[in-house]
Parts: sequence; structure tokens; C-alpha cells
Amino acid sequence: MSDLWSLFLSAGLAENMPLSLFLGLCTFLALSRRPESALGLGVAMTAVMGVTVPLNQLIYQAVLAPGAWAWAGRPEIDLSYLSLIAFIGVIAAVVQLLEMVLERFFPAIHAAFGVFLPLLTVQCAILAGSLFMVERQFSLAESAVFGLGSGAGFALAVVMLSAVRTRLAYADLPDGLRGLGITFILAGLMSLGFSAFVQVVPVP
Amino acid sequence: MARRPDLLDTLSAPLLRQNPVTLQILGICSALAVTTSLATALTMAVSLTVVLTLAAGVISAIRAHIPETIRLIVQIVIIASLVIVIDQVLQAWFAEISRALSVFVGLITTNCLVLGRTEAYARFHAPLPAMVDAFGNGLGYSLVLIVIGALRELFGKGELMGIEVLPLASSGGWYTPLSLMLLAPSAFFLLGGLVWAIRSWRPEQVEAPEFVPPARTEPAE
Repeated sequence: MSDLWSLFLSAGLAENMPLSLFLGLCTFLALSRRPESALGLGVAMTAVMGVTVPLNQLIYQAVLAPGAWAWAGRPEIDLSYLSLIAFIGVIAAVVQLLEMVLERFFPAIHAAFGVFLPLLTVQCAILAGSLFMVERQFSLAESAVFGLGSGAGFALAVVMLSAVRTRLAYADLPDGLRGLGITFILAGLMSLGFSAFVQVVPVP
Repeated sequence: MARRPDLLDTLSAPLLRQNPVTLQILGICSALAVTTSLATALTMAVSLTVVLTLAAGVISAIRAHIPETIRLIVQIVIIASLVIVIDQVLQAWFAEISRALSVFVGLITTNCLVLGRTEAYARFHAPLPAMVDAFGNGLGYSLVLIVIGALRELFGKGELMGIEVLPLASSGGWYTPLSLMLLAPSAFFLLGGLVWAIRSWRPEQVEAPEFVPPARTEPAE
């Protein structure tokens, strides 16, 4: 139990997706102008990652991993080179499914998400979650916790950045730094702060 | 002959004027993650340029046959197949660099730059201009990667491509490596600085302010 908790913390804080691994930066920078949209993006990320990483873990273990077809008498089959396409397919399907469920049962939440939901299909952080799962050989429980932790870490970072950017809209910045430039430097400062978590959370 | 200036323009525009990383905010994720050394940055730049050019060519060649409704899935499958090929090539011949790049080669699939260019340009143009545009964007991306990778390796380790350039204090020289350069925050700072430099040089890229303060009125007294 404590192992899972420390995995959650390390996935969310010490190995924060956008700030220390540079994953999902495109949406991180593009959608952090307003706190409301940032919050919607963060929640959607957490939901999608919490579902896709364990799902991909199941698929990888059952179909793609080397030796997965041993029960059929073909232990030499190794389909792991197909994992990229399989993962992308699963992510696209889950995102589409989530969108349909939300639209049907929670139209208010669906309206709040707006266009961010379909965009998540091409979010590098989500695919990276699944690829890291394979590389570090997580079990099903670990991958669920890892997915949720990374999503929550992303949500935390994007909401914090959007809060700072809202305040900065009224600041008098040098012309060349306005917009993208200052956002990078802000992200750098936040990343400096988050790198201190490495000493707080034991990396498993 | 008459079309050559157009192609040249398509090729050179993304280098600085329309740079994919610093202006279009595309493909930033991988641009920062792999730049701790020049060698990985170069590998990544070459892989991405190859994938981007081939994907643009393929998608543009079959653009008339892709149904509008499933075009995203078709594009992603084409890109993912190309990425798998590149990944296998790297694992076979450049095993060491492939390990250093870890999952980031696979992440070319979801690199917004690839999908962004195929979606925005290759879908509407013939194969040749589409590939030229893709190649130009790949070069623009590579330029940013190489600049940041070289700066980080030079100041973080005192080396370039593994060859010592600045003599290190630990081995009798004068240079003490800045280990911050190898950590995540410095990549953000460098890219922020690069954006600032490019926009100071080319002021037409400056973003409009979100909020214009009202003109100050003199106090009544």
C-alpha cells in the first residue's frame, strides 16, 4: 500500500509529466491561458490516463508481450513492436468513448470540456504513460496508480501555471517576451520548484 | 522553372520566419526532453525530419482517397507505422542512442508537429510541395534542437559530441560545469531566451498584449 502511495506521489510530483519530463507541453502551454479551461483539461487528463494506462497494461500482457502466446503453443511470437499502434488505438477509442458517455449523461461537463477532449488523442503525455508502463514493467495496480498520479500531477501543474499567467496579463513585459517567451520562463521556474520534490518523494 | 522560387520559399519559411517550435508552438515536448546532449538532439532531429517528410509525402499522395470522417485515424496509423520503422532502425544500428532517447522516439507519433503539418498542409497540396514544406519544418525544428542541445552540453559538461571543448576544473582546466544546464528547468529558460532573441530580431512575431492599460490621465491637481 505504501509502495503504491509513493508511486502516486513520485508520478505526480517528482516525475511531473510537463515540468520534469517535458511531456504534453503543447497542450500545457496552449491551454493554460485561463484557469477554467486549465482545470477542465486537468480533469480530462486524469480520467483518460487513469483508464488508458491500466487498459494498455492488460492488452500488452495478454497479446503483445514476448511469450504472450505461449498458451497457444507459440511462445516464440513477439508482437511488442506493434505496441505503439495498439496503444494509440486504445487511447483514441477511450477518448471517443469518454466523450460519448459524457455527452449522453453529463452534458454540462461535456460542454465545459469543449474541444479539449478530442485533442487528448494526440497528447504525448498520455501515450508516454503507456510507454513508461511497458518500459518499467508495472503490474495492473501499479499502472492504474501511475496513470492517476501522472494525470493529477499534470492537472496541478497546468492549473498553477494558468493562475500565474492570468496575473501576468496585466504586467508590463518586454515586447519579445510577451506570450510564449514568458510562459517558458515561468514553466522553468515552476520546474525548478518541482525538482525539489525529488528529495521529498523516494523514487521507487 | 517558374515554380522554383515558391518551393524555395516554402522550404525556407519555417527556418526562422515561421519556426515550428518558437512560433507555432508545435513539437515542444520532444524538443526539450532530448536536448541534454548534442548527439541525442541530432538523432532526434534527423528521425523527426525523416518521419515528417515521408508522412507528408504519403498522406499527400493519397489525400483524395481519405474520407474526411476518419482522416485523423488514417494519419495517425501512417505516422505510427513510419515511427516504428525508425525505432527499429535505431535499435538495430544505434543501440546506445536509442536507449538514451528512451520512449521519445515512440512519442514522435504524437508529436504535434507531424500531425499539425499533415493536417494543415499536406492534406491540401500535391506531394512535392507537401514534402518540401515538411522538410523545411523538420529543418526548423532541427535548428532549435541543435542550438539548445549544443548550449546545454557545452555548459553542462564542457563537451560537444562527447569531445572536451572547455577544459574541466576537475582535470586541471578552468571550467566548472554548470550542472543546472543538464536539469529540466534550464531547457525552459534557454527556449524562453531563444524565443525572446528571435522576437527581438523579428518584431513582427511579437504577440499582441492581452490587456492594454487605459491611457494614464493626469491627476486633477
